Amino acid sequence: MKLQEADAKSLLVAQGLPVPEWAVAHSPDEARAAAARFLEAGPVGGKVVIKAQVLVGGRGKAGGVKLASSADEAADVATSILGMDIKGMTVRKVLVGPAADIVKEFYLAAVLDRAERGIMLMGSAEGGVEIEQVAATDPHAIVRGHADPALGLLDFQARELAFAMGLGEHLKAAVAIAKGLVRTMTAYDADLVEINPLAIINDGQPDGTPTQRLVCLDAKITLDDSALARHPGLEDLRDPDEEAPEDREAREAGLTFIKLDGTIGCMVNGAGLAMTTMDLVKRAGGEPANFLDIGGGARAEKVAHAMRLILSDPKVDAILVNIFGGITRGDEVARGLIEARAQQSRDVPMVVRIVGTNAAEAAVLLEEARFETAATLDEAAAKAVAASRAGTGTSA
Amino acid sequence: MSVLVGRDTRLLVQGITGREGEFHARQCQAYGTNVVAGVTPGKGGLRALDDSVPVYDTVAEAVRQTGANTSLIFVPAAGAPDAIMEAATAGIATIFCITEGIPALDMIPAVDLVRRQGARLIGPNCPGATSPGRAKVGIIPGSIHREGRVGVVSRSGTLTYEAVQAMTDAGLGQSTCIGIGGDPIIGTTFLDALQLFEQDPETEAIVLIGEIGGAAEETAAAWAAEHLRDVPKAAFIAGRTAPEGKRMGHAGAIISGGAGTAASKVEALEAAGFRVASSPTELPALLRDAGYTG
Repeated sequence: MKLQEADAKSLLVAQGLPVPEWAVAHSPDEARAAAARFLEAGPVGGKVVIKAQVLVGGRGKAGGVKLASSADEAADVATSILGMDIKGMTVRKVLVGPAADIVKEFYLAAVLDRAERGIMLMGSAEGGVEIEQVAATDPHAIVRGHADPALGLLDFQARELAFAMGLGEHLKAAVAIAKGLVRTMTAYDADLVEINPLAIINDGQPDGTPTQRLVCLDAKITLDDSALARHPGLEDLRDPDEEAPEDREAREAGLTFIKLDGTIGCMVNGAGLAMTTMDLVKRAGGEPANFLDIGGGARAEKVAHAMRLILSDPKVDAILVNIFGGITRGDEVARGLIEARAQQSRDVPMVVRIVGTNAAEAAVLLEEARFETAATLDEAAAKAVAASRAGTGTSA
Repeated sequence: MSVLVGRDTRLLVQGITGREGEFHARQCQAYGTNVVAGVTPGKGGLRALDDSVPVYDTVAEAVRQTGANTSLIFVPAAGAPDAIMEAATAGIATIFCITEGIPALDMIPAVDLVRRQGARLIGPNCPGATSPGRAKVGIIPGSIHREGRVGVVSRSGTLTYEAVQAMTDAGLGQSTCIGIGGDPIIGTTFLDALQLFEQDPETEAIVLIGEIGGAAEETAAAWAAEHLRDVPKAAFIAGRTAPEGKRMGHAGAIISGGAGTAASKVEALEAAGFRVASSPTELPALLRDAGYTG
């Protein structure tokens, strides 16, 4: 689960990391009020920043991050950003905060390193740009360090990283932030805690003395879905606007469902086989409408639920069911399909392929119910694509 | 010979009194695997599988009493990392963890402890391994196999069954089929599995079944290019149509920041001499093309 910047920043603050203050606004009026409050405090530079809160990267480039010098201007900017479409996501709220007077930007993230099977810290003195870009153009600009699997990130490891990133002048703060990222990761079971940019900013004291400090200006956190159950508070941070109704229905039904753009609905047991089924639909000249894994040992009721979910997409004009029974029993799936078809709201051609455990019993049931069946996955994909074309009147 | 499991496997099932554990322990036994013990804390003294298998409270006790050398774990996600560490500490050499949905960070200390104990972990979130005609440890249906000399390694469950069935139907038997699991943090990687196959005199060809996410296929391909140059090799990668940024069912199956794509894996495997199939049904023919005559 991805968190919005504002929620991610709240978790960082809870772990003691330095994050400049901010407010979340859902309307231009809220943005105006927040901007007025921040401007009154007299930030260095005298401006506020307004940032679109959507779960996609590249907000700045898309025009979702802007500055304002007055409360009214902040309201105008918020008006332009709210409702904006960024990579298919509608902006429903903005973050407002004092605009930082940036001296230098860095990148620092704690990530799950699959190859080393541990937590890796990744830092770069080239902040504010996408790390993938840095990795591609200047891989030596990225420094890495691994937390000890049992002891976590040790002080000396954090120091090594800080010096390698050129943060020697802010050593104490850099070490605290590096350790804080790993602490944040473990405290909330995150896969990723990314600060981009981590920045040295000019930060005037109340008495007017200029000072510099190292702060987290942006934050991106991805939580491990497998661990959400033990962090009940974090489930509340799931943004209902960011989750399509069918995604929520699938999650609550224990199905793994991802909606795609095509016309051929897919129902499969097992994630690898579900991806393969999509790939073979594409190879046969069709476009998959979804990824759907009914999981191991699915019963008839779950199968019927999955079918309703697929049919809720009006673009679906053919369905491909591919089951390789191991734990899953083919006859259970066949019963679910028969039940689902009896209830379904519209008539869509269906091609069913069931092999493995209890496939023979499934075949009898499917034949009695006059389902179109296929023996192999390649054949099933070809038949589903043909049925989709016949339904829409288009041809290859 | 075979790798990981075989005639000398003495299997302990952790969670043998649970629904899944009991069912699959029975299937393993029916396949011919020597199931010597079960462990469920608090149920020591019972007997499982129609009285044929003693149940112990701890893995240490089970190892002392039965000489178990391999463990198969069906413990729920919250307790599975602990079960892995218990098995490794008790001296179990080969640990299979079937459990799905273990938080990734819980696996880091578990994998580390397994490594320090000199044990091997396969999984979690894996279907196990089968050496056809010898032993099956896990949940792969025994009926799909045929004895032979192709080593199969895969990140998936049912997709593996699909590929193995296609091979069996084409008359290509398997030496060992290993499901390494679809999670981001796993004990045995593609590279580890290829190294095991390289050492196995009875494995003469290799099938690798990967999917989007991570770079384990690329790493294994680079090694194979050097060490398995003369071994017939075929591969399949799932997820060519998967969109970026979406987790495709398996916790580890995600393309992020342009990394972990099917295209990158296919390219790396082809460069290393693998014939890459566009459907699992093509694997047998591609192995033949690569010169496999077994």
